[in-house]
Amino acid sequence: MDSIISLTGLSKSFGRRKALNNIDLVIGKGEFVAIFGPNGAGKTTLLKIMSTIIEPTKGNVLINGIDSKKDPSKIRGMIGAISHETYLYDELTARENLEFFAHMYDIDKDHIDDRIDDILKNVNLFQRADERAGSFSRGMKQRLSIARALLHQPSILLMDEPYTGLDQHAAANFERVLMGTGNSDVTRIMITHNIERAFELCDRMLIMDRGELRFDKLKTDIESVEEFKEQYLSIVEKDTDAEGISNF
Amino acid sequence: MKKSLYIAAKDLRSEFRTKQMLNSMLIFSLIVMVIFSISFGDVLGQTELVGKLAPGVLWVAFTFAGTLGLSRSFAGEMENGCLEGLKLSPIDRSSIYIGKTISNVLLMFIVELLTIPIFIVLFNYNISGIPGLALVIFLGTFGFVSVGTLLSALSASTRAREIMLPVLLLPLIIPVIIPAVMATGTILADGSIGDISSELRLLIVYDLIFFVVGQLVFEYTVMD
Repeated sequence: MDSIISLTGLSKSFGRRKALNNIDLVIGKGEFVAIFGPNGAGKTTLLKIMSTIIEPTKGNVLINGIDSKKDPSKIRGMIGAISHETYLYDELTARENLEFFAHMYDIDKDHIDDRIDDILKNVNLFQRADERAGSFSRGMKQRLSIARALLHQPSILLMDEPYTGLDQHAAANFERVLMGTGNSDVTRIMITHNIERAFELCDRMLIMDRGELRFDKLKTDIESVEEFKEQYLSIVEKDTDAEGISNF
Repeated sequence: MKKSLYIAAKDLRSEFRTKQMLNSMLIFSLIVMVIFSISFGDVLGQTELVGKLAPGVLWVAFTFAGTLGLSRSFAGEMENGCLEGLKLSPIDRSSIYIGKTISNVLLMFIVELLTIPIFIVLFNYNISGIPGLALVIFLGTFGFVSVGTLLSALSASTRAREIMLPVLLLPLIIPVIIPAVMATGTILADGSIGDISSELRLLIVYDLIFFVVGQLVFEYTVMD
């Protein structure tokens, strides 16, 4: 499998606090990767570095062969991002939000309307296209947020806890839209605390703790979700115990 | 530049729907005008005396109403993580600054356009030299907004943003307010554009410096 993301010796510090410590990671085209870890493990920092929003203190980031330090703008054009934040303007309608981001992503002017119609149909919001985003429910906003992220047909989709605030029904809807839109070549990376759902959707599971990558296996190499949960707890609890001893 | 215009258009569209900034700026300007007209009730209608008061009264209204508006300029971008959404898109950070500056300047012009007639009515005063006055107001407003937009972005992510913006902004705009007030006074006293050439030069230099510096350092003000 060709690699699309390659991180080498990646470290990030905020003042004296080390958020990431010497991460090496290669992700292949079309992979669906889930990243788990306790709060403060460095997951979001890792995603922000991949999306070029922040620069690493040390190490290299190659996205589709492009060095993030040399052409961050080109990299951002390949990435779609979904987060617990919707990145939507409440005062604008669904269509106006998508039009605005279409201009930001340099989508061909002649195709903007068709593209927006298509994607709004995909996320089941075509009938509500001219209503303000601020009047939408949390689930609808999250679907519009997917539409915004996929509008420019990105080759990489980064998701940071996309289930936050969604009820069971909205979460199921979100997954349906997520798996139904975009093509299979899209590389998906998702940070989540929902082990069961991620185990169903993803091909590869990573566990991060204290800025380090502590576990990296293909789903096919993991027997069951229970085994993965045990692995997760053993990694996280071991470190918590160690922290308790060192603090003591 | 094209993307900056889209950002400005988006801001103006949002603002005209909620009118959060416009309403607060206009009400503030109106209150300032009413208070000054009551305080200086003795001189109302005396053209020469009102002409001496006018530059101060107008620029106090413009400056403080503008500060009020600027404090909301990035508030909308902080809701729902919109600023991060913009930062994730393949645009130059300076495009965000330019777009925001354009929308803030246009909003201030609207407030100024409505404030001046209120001043004329309340102070029973006839303004002469409209083109010269328009030029001074344009340059003064542009300089004010160039610095204000940058500082608004800087203070938007701080906890005490409502306090932080005026504390940072007011000392920095003194070099633009002084020549703007002086030039406004000269124009209202029937002076020509030639009479305010030194003030205009100062305003142009200030505007250019802060607009260029704003574009260069904006990236660092919105950095995570």
